[in-house]
Amino acid sequence: MNKTYDNRAWFLVLPVFLVVAFSAIIPLVTVVNYSVQDIFGPGERYFVGLEWFREVLRDTRLHEALWRQFLFSGLVLLIEIPLGVAIALMMPRRSGWAASLALVLLALPLLIPWNVIGTIWIIFTRPDIGLLGYAVNSAGIPFDHTAAPLDAWITVMLMEVWHWTPLVALLAYAGLRAIPEAYYQAARIDGASDWAVFRYIQLPKMRGVLTIAVLLRFMDSFLIYAEPFVLTGGGPGNSTTFLSIHLVKIAVGQFDLGPAAAFSIIYFLIVLLFSWVFYQVLQRVGTGDRR
Amino acid sequence: MKLERSTAPAGAIPGAEAPARAQPRRARGFALRKGTVGLIVYFVLLLLPIYWMLNMSLRTNADILARFTLYPADPTLANYASIFSDPAWYSGYINSFIYVSLNTVISLLVALPAAYAFSRYRFLGDKHMFFWLLTNRMAPPAVFLLPFFQLYSTFGLIDTHIAVALAHTLFNVPLAVWILEGFMSGVPREIDETAYIDGYSFPRFFVTIFLPLIRAGVGVTAFFCFMFSWVELLLARTLTTTEAKPIAAVMTRTVSASGLDWGLLAAAGILTIVPGALVIYFVRNYMAKGFALGRV
Repeated sequence: MNKTYDNRAWFLVLPVFLVVAFSAIIPLVTVVNYSVQDIFGPGERYFVGLEWFREVLRDTRLHEALWRQFLFSGLVLLIEIPLGVAIALMMPRRSGWAASLALVLLALPLLIPWNVIGTIWIIFTRPDIGLLGYAVNSAGIPFDHTAAPLDAWITVMLMEVWHWTPLVALLAYAGLRAIPEAYYQAARIDGASDWAVFRYIQLPKMRGVLTIAVLLRFMDSFLIYAEPFVLTGGGPGNSTTFLSIHLVKIAVGQFDLGPAAAFSIIYFLIVLLFSWVFYQVLQRVGTGDRR
Repeated sequence: MKLERSTAPAGAIPGAEAPARAQPRRARGFALRKGTVGLIVYFVLLLLPIYWMLNMSLRTNADILARFTLYPADPTLANYASIFSDPAWYSGYINSFIYVSLNTVISLLVALPAAYAFSRYRFLGDKHMFFWLLTNRMAPPAVFLLPFFQLYSTFGLIDTHIAVALAHTLFNVPLAVWILEGFMSGVPREIDETAYIDGYSFPRFFVTIFLPLIRAGVGVTAFFCFMFSWVELLLARTLTTTEAKPIAAVMTRTVSASGLDWGLLAAAGILTIVPGALVIYFVRNYMAKGFALGRV
């Protein structure tokens, strides 16, 4: 597709630019401003240069939160992508009431407010009133996400997989639906196995949507806040304190504006770096798909 | 192109609907039975936590704490009644609806022309602009918490619906541009050119011909905007105090204040699922089609 070169197209982009500038650029400038100053109160602020950055980078709790975050996001991708694809493959390929019902059910967890997700899982996993917690404890295995770090991790992962795998499944299903029926007929005539159909027809056709799924899931799991905050509050100890939770603790809990702002910038740069890498991959997949 | 001009009457582009209708019919799965069983097991697991909350919402707090039962032995609607009779509760729902709708409208209005520009033209800095937009989708909301509060205080917007709606454009506008661009790129350029030759002005072409062609895309985009604005809590809670407080924030406040009334909490949770379920019901036919046509 060759597009016309026309700078007047900027007029069409201008509204978006203005809106996003208002809600992104101005706040970002404020953050940069905070990050190099020590603020005691209104009118009492001193320029401290890169002091906050040095302090934040030496903070071991930040390092721990960062590795925890990478582990979490890695696990999320490892579990949700294959599971989502498997579910999409099981979905009815013919449109009809079964497919509609399946789609509605799949989309349900995606439309529940994030703190309610946390609430659902508290109610579901508590040892005294929760179905899961009660059942596991009755089976003789002690399980309490408020006391044991491992249990907390298992609960947060279960919640995350429950919450977001449907998005991967929806995207993968959309990719599957775009495959013309003739491909399957040809495969059947050739006597192709299910695996061969998956490997040589379905998977290549899903490559585009799966890249988007990986991108979205990485981004959102990296920014996760409300669900684990409601469920575990970052505990027990700091075992489920992810980057956003740590940041809000510093910014709102301790009101250390300088370090919080420096942390914000580092956090943002990490996400930016990854998003740039993903964007490059995405572009390559996009052009590769076009043939 | 010239040939089409003579045959196509203004306002009606023949064959424009055809690509959307090209769905695989007669699709018989290779392993339908096994797959269906797996799917049913998955959906049971998916619904189990929601069922459990529903179960809790139909019981009084004393009953919940007293005994463990798999279903409400004597179901009561008392929890729902107390929510619907307390303005502090139900105004939360109204507030959420107002800012989510505002956000969806703003996002769509600004994203539609921009997405058209990205899908049809090259211009100075277009790639950078697109990437910059996407980075905002990736910005951690926690980072923007304090600056947003300051910014909206300066403009006197704290505790208004428009503040939350504007804050949510941070992640919804980039997403809307991204999804819509995918849909618009799927519409052949020839349609634009034919319309211009037929003497359509840009606004008239855009509204009467182009928008109907991508209405599935607009539906999917609205769905995503609604979804991400409805579920977000951190920004919505920070920017509101009483007048525009979202239901999700009302829930957290009540939890910390009056001890834990599990039944009431569960009932409020169930009620937050209802609008989402309604939205899905309305866009269900667009969803598979929509996801497949667009890039998302």
